Formats: sequence, structure tokens, C-alpha cells
Amino acid sequence: MAEVPNTPLLDELEKGKWPSFVTEIKDAAKSNDMCKDLLGILEKSYNEKIGHWKHGGIVGVLGYGGGVIGRYCDVPEEFPGVSHFHTMRINMPAAWFYTSDALRKICDIWEKHGSGLTNMHGSTGDIILLGCRTDDLEPTFQDLAREGFDIGGSGSDLRTPSCCNGMARCEWACFDTMRACYDLTMHWQDELHRPAFPYKYKFKFAGCPNDCVASIARADMSFIGTWRDEIQVDQDKVKEAVDKDGVDMINDVVLRCPGQCMQWDGNKLEIDDSSCRHCMHCINVLHKALKPGKDRGCTVLIGAKAPIIEGAQLSSVLIPFMKMEPPYEELKDLIERIWDIWCDEGKARERIGEFIQRVGLGNFLEAIEMEPTPEMIAHPRENPYVFYEEYYEEGDEEEEEE
Amino acid sequence: MAEAQQERITDIGPPHYEKFLPPVIKENYGKWDYHEYVKPGVYVHVAEGGDKIYTVRAASPRLVSIHKIRKYADLADKYCDGYLRFTSRNNVEFLLTDESKIDPLIKDLEELGHPVGGVGNAISNIVHTQGWVHCHSAATDASGIVKAVMDELNEYFTSMKLPAKIRIALACCLNMCGAVHCSDIAILGIHRRPPKVIDENVPKQCEIPNVVAACPTAAIRPAEKDGKKSVEVIEENCMFCANCYTVCPAMPLNDPLNDGVSIWIGGKVSNARHEPMFSKLAIPFIPNNPPRWPEVVEAVKGIVELWAKHARKYERIGEWIERIGWPKFFKLSGIEFEKEHIDDFKYAGLTFKRSTHITF
Repeated sequence: MAEVPNTPLLDELEKGKWPSFVTEIKDAAKSNDMCKDLLGILEKSYNEKIGHWKHGGIVGVLGYGGGVIGRYCDVPEEFPGVSHFHTMRINMPAAWFYTSDALRKICDIWEKHGSGLTNMHGSTGDIILLGCRTDDLEPTFQDLAREGFDIGGSGSDLRTPSCCNGMARCEWACFDTMRACYDLTMHWQDELHRPAFPYKYKFKFAGCPNDCVASIARADMSFIGTWRDEIQVDQDKVKEAVDKDGVDMINDVVLRCPGQCMQWDGNKLEIDDSSCRHCMHCINVLHKALKPGKDRGCTVLIGAKAPIIEGAQLSSVLIPFMKMEPPYEELKDLIERIWDIWCDEGKARERIGEFIQRVGLGNFLEAIEMEPTPEMIAHPRENPYVFYEEYYEEGDEEEEEE
Repeated sequence: MAEAQQERITDIGPPHYEKFLPPVIKENYGKWDYHEYVKPGVYVHVAEGGDKIYTVRAASPRLVSIHKIRKYADLADKYCDGYLRFTSRNNVEFLLTDESKIDPLIKDLEELGHPVGGVGNAISNIVHTQGWVHCHSAATDASGIVKAVMDELNEYFTSMKLPAKIRIALACCLNMCGAVHCSDIAILGIHRRPPKVIDENVPKQCEIPNVVAACPTAAIRPAEKDGKKSVEVIEENCMFCANCYTVCPAMPLNDPLNDGVSIWIGGKVSNARHEPMFSKLAIPFIPNNPPRWPEVVEAVKGIVELWAKHARKYERIGEWIERIGWPKFFKLSGIEFEKEHIDDFKYAGLTFKRSTHITF
């Protein structure tokens, strides 16, 4: 057994009230040699102010191209235990619900094959098994598969879709986020496991405009629940919120409304729903008195990404309102059309948001056979450099009329 | 082989979520009426028919060992019939139907060293990346800074005394694995030195056309050095994104002297009130100072407390600054305004002040 190294710098991070990742690594190191070398190499990084990992190499499980990220340390002779330290991404259950039994099974498998360290969870949502040797990848995968767990996405493929807990534990969910997430994940297992796209493609499903899973910032396709009829108001409970809970209706609700569509006369809350921007603020504050309307669905947005390569983008509206009902045929059809054009015309490592910027949203809409609508833009163009696609010669008009 | 070869299983997808939902959730799926906060870290959802589910949310360091997960599992068995979940910000949530079990559970969680909180007008857990623990392009560590910052901000996790919710995120490089670019406060690892080209490794490890294409500013071009194919970097065009390094390991940017952290503020993803917005640069550079990054901790705490003191109820950091204006923010915070604060990349002009709406 390797020795647990001295880690005076890391030890400083065991102090304080917040739970410490160093304690977690040390705990795992009690029964796992890889973690002892992880402590050693991390202490080295803390001393030298530089990381010691290399990525790359083709590693994975049989038949898959994604879901495993090759990771090697650059000083293997010093820390042989982490000479291979690959990441396995495991597709989490929708909205990260578990039973204790399921978690214990994952732990047992990971104790047998890997470092015993995990991220619960990675940024995209997967269960991250942190630190696996190449030879152990396939056996880990098969043991997990026998317990009902499969690998998630990595590389230029569909990344593991994720969702908020929606109807499971939230009164604001305007569609069944977990069902949609599960359905689309199952439908495109091949795209999830075998990279064939220009770059990554992420789906995130949020039940309401509060967007608890940050879909508008992080998903190539964001599904954000909304409604298109009237906010449901219980005037008695509005009064109760004022009288009992001390809500300051003017300052806390009326003046915070971005659509300026509310009036409060001391007795009754009037909402002009035709000006409602569906932002959720009034519903958030008056959470017993107000509810989203009954005609519910989602807004579909496209193109969010972090900076690499062409700069960060937020998703922008593609479909202002869509009913979200299984089997989601209309939606799957649309997604296939988007992927077809992006796979044909997209450059390597070009996200869909960058692709749309490059070819123009108007051209993109034409290619996926969708009509432009004013909800897609913040405002019409300001610059007059319009690429009109055709012009006429004298006499063309007559020909056109024929 | 002693055992018969078992059939290989593939492409089964994630387990169906229904296997993991507590009965009270299954019965009330889509039928929740309202929720309210019971106390810091605890909320209750009430169904139309009156059923209740209590949620106790506890901090987690995100990087957890299997021993800790087993402890979570034991607590779930003891208090929640074995049901629990994790949040998108890496907290762990225990789902209870018996109100009387809340306090004993909180006591056990606190003994385990996991504070309960992060609900309502509080700081939630900091989402973060891998940093020096596991990432090849990290300009800083992630877990270490998060631990140091959250130690200092713990009281805002375990209470609900802030004007609104606040979301902090950390990414250890510009790849930003996580919603760092739209956070109330973002801690972002940055490189400041162009890649050093290791010429002898370029032909072995890299596809030169890919490397050239990977650069957003066309700062990399093919070059022949001593008769061998390599690349050269036009240094003044490099903005240190590390994209070249991701496709070509022979172009490392990691550098102890020049790597560090920048602080970005005022982003949000929620559509509530103000539309979603990007975080904007507050502090261009803070050097890496492990193990506890005191300058980063001080800067983040300073911004949180300045906002808490000045913002109106429900105003997120970005909404507050939009109301008072950035000049006032710089004045109030004492952060020096520098050349780096002015955008000089694509469409930079859209960020210039184009009015005389100025406060004095």
C-alpha cells in the first residue's frame, strides 16, 4: 500500500464550516491507493500553482465513442496511482432522484473498479465517476448496466439531457419536464453514445421561466415551461398575503412587474394578461395566491453556449409556445431537421448557436422550414446592409405574373 | 474463465425516474398546490389534496467519496424511507413526509459536517468545475476556492436574510463547464500568457489545420521550424482561451506566474423581473494564492455584502447595478476601473455608454 502523503497546504482546506473535498479524498484514500496519489499530485499543484493533467487518447467502452474522458497525469513516475485517471460520465436519473439502494449499488461497483471518488454531479448533470484505469472502464460499465445505469455523453454528440424536478415537486411546472427529458434521452441513445455531430448538443428542460436548471445559458436547446392564458388569481389569498404575510403589494409586486400589467387598489389585484411577460415574479412572491394559467406548454429556445469558440451566447426564441405532449413527434421532427442542416453545413467544433450566427437566423429558419415570427427577436435590425437575395430586370414583373 | 460469460448490455439509457420517486410524489405528480419555507434549508410542498412533502437541503462539496454517499443513503433510510435527490447546484435533498423527523435529520447532517440551507433568499451551493483536481486546462483550482469562499459565506447559506437569491459559480478556465457566464458572481480562472509551442511535439500530437482553425482570433498559423512542420503564435492576437491547447497538447498555456482568477458579476438565468443577462467583468485579475485564496474570498464577500446592504427586496445583483449604474457600483465597491473593463472584442461598441444618462 502506498503511504498517505503529507499535505500541509491541502490540510488548510479541512478547516472551516463548509464540507471539505480534501476530507472526502482523504476518506477515500483510506481504502484506495489511487486517492493517495491524487492527494500527492494535488498538493504538488498547490505548491507549484499549476495543474498536472493531460487529456486525450481514445479510451472508452466497447461500441461507444462518448461518455469517457481520457485523463493522464504528466508525472506518472512520481504518482503511478493516477497515471490513468479517466472520468466516466453516467446518465443520472431525471431530476437526480435516487433511492438509497440505487446509490449503494453505484458505490459498490465504484469501490470495486475505481477510485471511490465521484462528483454528485457534473455540470451537465451526469453522475461523474472520477478516476478509472483504462482496463477497468469496460467492467465498470457492464456492472453498472446490470444495475440499470448507462453511460452519458461526451465529445461531439448529444450530451446527457437534464431537467428540473418539474411536476414531481413543483406547482409551477408547465409541462412534464422529467417525462420529456427521459423520452428524448431514450429516443436518441445512438446520438448520445456515438459522436457524429460537428460538436456537442445539449437539451435542458425547465418547468417554468424561473429556469432552475439554467437552460437558457447552457443548452443548445432550452425548453422552458410557460402558459398563454390568464394567471390564476385567488383574490382572498392575495388579501391574506398582504394582511398575514405582510407583502408590500405596490413595491414588492406591482412595481417589479416588467410588463407593468398589474394594479392594486388595496382590495383587488387586477392583471392585464395581454401585457404579461410570463416572468414569474408575481407568482414567486404570491406563491399561494397566484398560479400560472391552465393552457400550459413551453417556449423552445436555441443556441446557448459558453465562450469557446466564438463567445458566450444565451438561447434565443425559436418557438414562442409549444404544447409538450408525448410522444413529442412534432418536436422530434424539428430536432431532426435542425441536426440535418447543422451536420451537413456546420464546421468542426461549431455549436448550433454559432452556426446560426454564421449563416443568419433567417437562412437557418428557411433551411428548417420554419416561418420567422416577431417573438424571435428583441427588435428588428438597425443596420441597413440587407442581403436581398434577388432583383428584377425591366419586364420581369410580367414574366412573374404568367 | 470460471464464470460463464454474461451477455453484454448496451444502450439501455438512464433508469426510469419513477423507480426513485417517493410514494407521496407519485400520488401527487402534477398536483402540487403551493410551497412555503419552514425555516432555513427546509421547505414544504403542499398538494391540492393536502398531502405534504418536506425537503431538507444540505451542503455538499460536490466531490464526494463513496463513503459519504453511503452515509447519505443511511440518513435517507433512517428518515425518508430511502428517498433522496440532488440539486442542480450539487446540494443533497432529503424528502420527508414526517415533520417530526426534520430536526433530528438536521442534527445528524450537522454532525456529519454538512450545513443545512441554500433555500429562498440565500446563497446556494457554488457550482464549479474540476480545477487542479482533474482538469487539463485549469488556470486555477476549483474545489479549493469554493471551499474557502463558502466557509466565509456560510451564514448566508444557513439563513434567508439576503434581499434575493444569489448564485455564485466558478469555472477554472474560459471553457466554462457550468453556467458561470450568467451568474450573480462568477469566479473565472484565466491564463494571461500565450501558449508555448513545443515544436518537437506538434507533429506527433496535433493536426495543424485543426489547430489553426481552433483559434478564434486567427493568431495561430502554420510555420516550418528547422525543416519541421509546426505552428507559430502571433502573441498580440492571443486572448488566452486555451482552445488551441484542447486540440493540441503541444501548446500548453498553464503558467504559475500568469494564471489566476477574474471576478464577473450581475448575471442571471431566471426570467423573473429582468430578462436573463450575462455576468460582467468586475475584477480583471487576482493571482492564485493557494491554499485559501484570501484575496478572492475577500472580493466575493465584499460584493455580496455591498449588494445586501444596498439592494431593494428581490433585486438580484445585476438588477441592482442596472438601477444604480456601473459608475456608482465602482464608486461604492472601491474596485478600480481599468482598461480591461472596456470590451475590445467583437461588437464591443454595443457595451459603450450611448446616452447622457449619467448620475453624479
